[in-house]
Amino acid sequence: MIDQILMVLIDGINYSAWLFLAAVGLTLIYGVMKIVNVAHGSFYALGAYMAASVVGVWVTLDYPPYLYYLALFVAALISGFTVGPFVERVLLRYQYEKDEVVILLITYALFLVMEDVIKLIWGVNPYFIVEPYAYLGNFSVGDMTYPNYYILMFGLAIAVGLTLTFVLKKTHFGRLLVSVIYDREISAAMGIDVGKIFVVTFSVGCALAGIAGAFTAPTISVSPGLGVEVIVLSFAVVVTGGLGSLPGVALAAIIMGLVRSFCIHYIPQFELFVIFGVMALVLSFRPRGLFSLAEARKI
Amino acid sequence: MNFDKSIVRLAIVFIGILLLSGFIPQWALFMLTIACANGMAVLGLMLFLRAGLVSFGQALFFCTGAYAAGLLALKLDITEMTFLIIISGIASGLMAYVLGFLLAKYRGIFFGLLSLAFSMILYGLLVKTEALGSTDGFNVPAVTIFGWLPDLSVVRVAVLGMAFLIILLSVSFVNMLLKSPRGLLLTAIRDNEIRAEYMGASAKKTIHLFYVVSGVLAGLGGAIAAVAVGHIDPTMSFWTTSGEMIFIAILGGTGSVIAPFIGALIFGIIHTIAFSYSPNTWQMVIGLSLIFVILLLPNGLWSLREKFGKRKS
Repeated sequence: MIDQILMVLIDGINYSAWLFLAAVGLTLIYGVMKIVNVAHGSFYALGAYMAASVVGVWVTLDYPPYLYYLALFVAALISGFTVGPFVERVLLRYQYEKDEVVILLITYALFLVMEDVIKLIWGVNPYFIVEPYAYLGNFSVGDMTYPNYYILMFGLAIAVGLTLTFVLKKTHFGRLLVSVIYDREISAAMGIDVGKIFVVTFSVGCALAGIAGAFTAPTISVSPGLGVEVIVLSFAVVVTGGLGSLPGVALAAIIMGLVRSFCIHYIPQFELFVIFGVMALVLSFRPRGLFSLAEARKI
Repeated sequence: MNFDKSIVRLAIVFIGILLLSGFIPQWALFMLTIACANGMAVLGLMLFLRAGLVSFGQALFFCTGAYAAGLLALKLDITEMTFLIIISGIASGLMAYVLGFLLAKYRGIFFGLLSLAFSMILYGLLVKTEALGSTDGFNVPAVTIFGWLPDLSVVRVAVLGMAFLIILLSVSFVNMLLKSPRGLLLTAIRDNEIRAEYMGASAKKTIHLFYVVSGVLAGLGGAIAAVAVGHIDPTMSFWTTSGEMIFIAILGGTGSVIAPFIGALIFGIIHTIAFSYSPNTWQMVIGLSLIFVILLLPNGLWSLREKFGKRKS
């Protein structure tokens, strides 16, 4: 009995960590820029492919294996900080005046384009990079063994969450960011370079998606269509938590991770259903998500 | 019922296509039928665009309609197409009616994302249901039309003819609805919901009503698609299907009830051509055309017609 509970808990926490990593960039971008970025999943896929290439090179050049994780991290940063600013400067910055829904459609178009660009660069055959996953070995709880990679993902999620909270609350840049979140126009009037904040935020959001993709890559086969499912899952997490809220994403990720792992162990046919079920349930009682501020209606 | 000029024109085009069907290759007939099915679902989506709402879950009703038709044909041996289509419309309409109580309260992004959640719930259920073929779906048996079992050589034309009939009826109905006070309210809600309510209109009831209408339309479209393709699977409810529908809606524009069908036809043509030339980049073509339309033709292709029509006079 206790073994089973532990099993559900460990699987659930692992999935929660993944959900959090996948969704946190989306909520950051929405919070600051009010953009629901459908292309988020493509940045996730880009991170995964970039990781596949970098680790591939790492293995052939026989570099030390304990630096795999640095390689994954660097791959994610490269994918986020090159394509992210490019997309923001070339396409998105001219659209901020438009309606939220129109911007959503533009990022949807961007998603379609990026999916095929990724196929053009990396081809349609799957990539496998299990080395970083296998290198860490296993740990066991009771009769069950789990990969140590679980601990890495969990630690990464905690680190990302703490870093973001620290930057938002304690640094100069974080204060500027919070001011832009509350009122874009007043911040601009106070002399904050909103354009610059937007580029940085968008790039960081994309890099976070890249980090999620890069660190998931060793556990899956990196193949086309990778981003398609991630988008809707991270939407579900972010909307349930309350668009733009950091603690909201964390809480929603934990709830959904645990509920899903419970379902997989006891009622496996509800696996996909349950995540969107939780989302619909939360939204029907709290229409703007768990952690959301009341918003005045404009007449 | 007074017929709009554009609906009469549409009817003439339909009759022309049916008369010339002997000269049209089979793949083009198939593409036309699929465009008709998509157009029906998008017609429902267009109603929401008029109210300033974008539903990311139109595929839910498309899929419900298709599965309703498929299940009736497969499990209950009901193969009369008229009957299948009517029941599918009713099934989707009922589902929309129930969900509408919840969704009619939401606006903007939340309306889109909650409808997305519902369509993904259906997808999640269908994928895990072994009895309904899981991810593979199942084949829909051949259908009869008014008791007549069409020969293989003419079945495409027969289904297309039925699709045309349904489209003409729905388009006339929607046109009538849009010109009624309820229909005019949609634009009022988009412009300013609170003012519309001060005039004594209920935004919630209006949205709910149109949600049901849009569900029925998408259900009819799904049933047409199920019969035309002869196979259904859960991807009909996946979010990318809804995305394609939104693309068609934006492409056609909201100017007329005909616009969704023009959009669907052009989507079909782009899809067929791009897919046959380079199967790995057709999405890119669709994406680039979407950006192009949003940036340069925010009111869709239909706005071109008005532009050039005015210039002449």
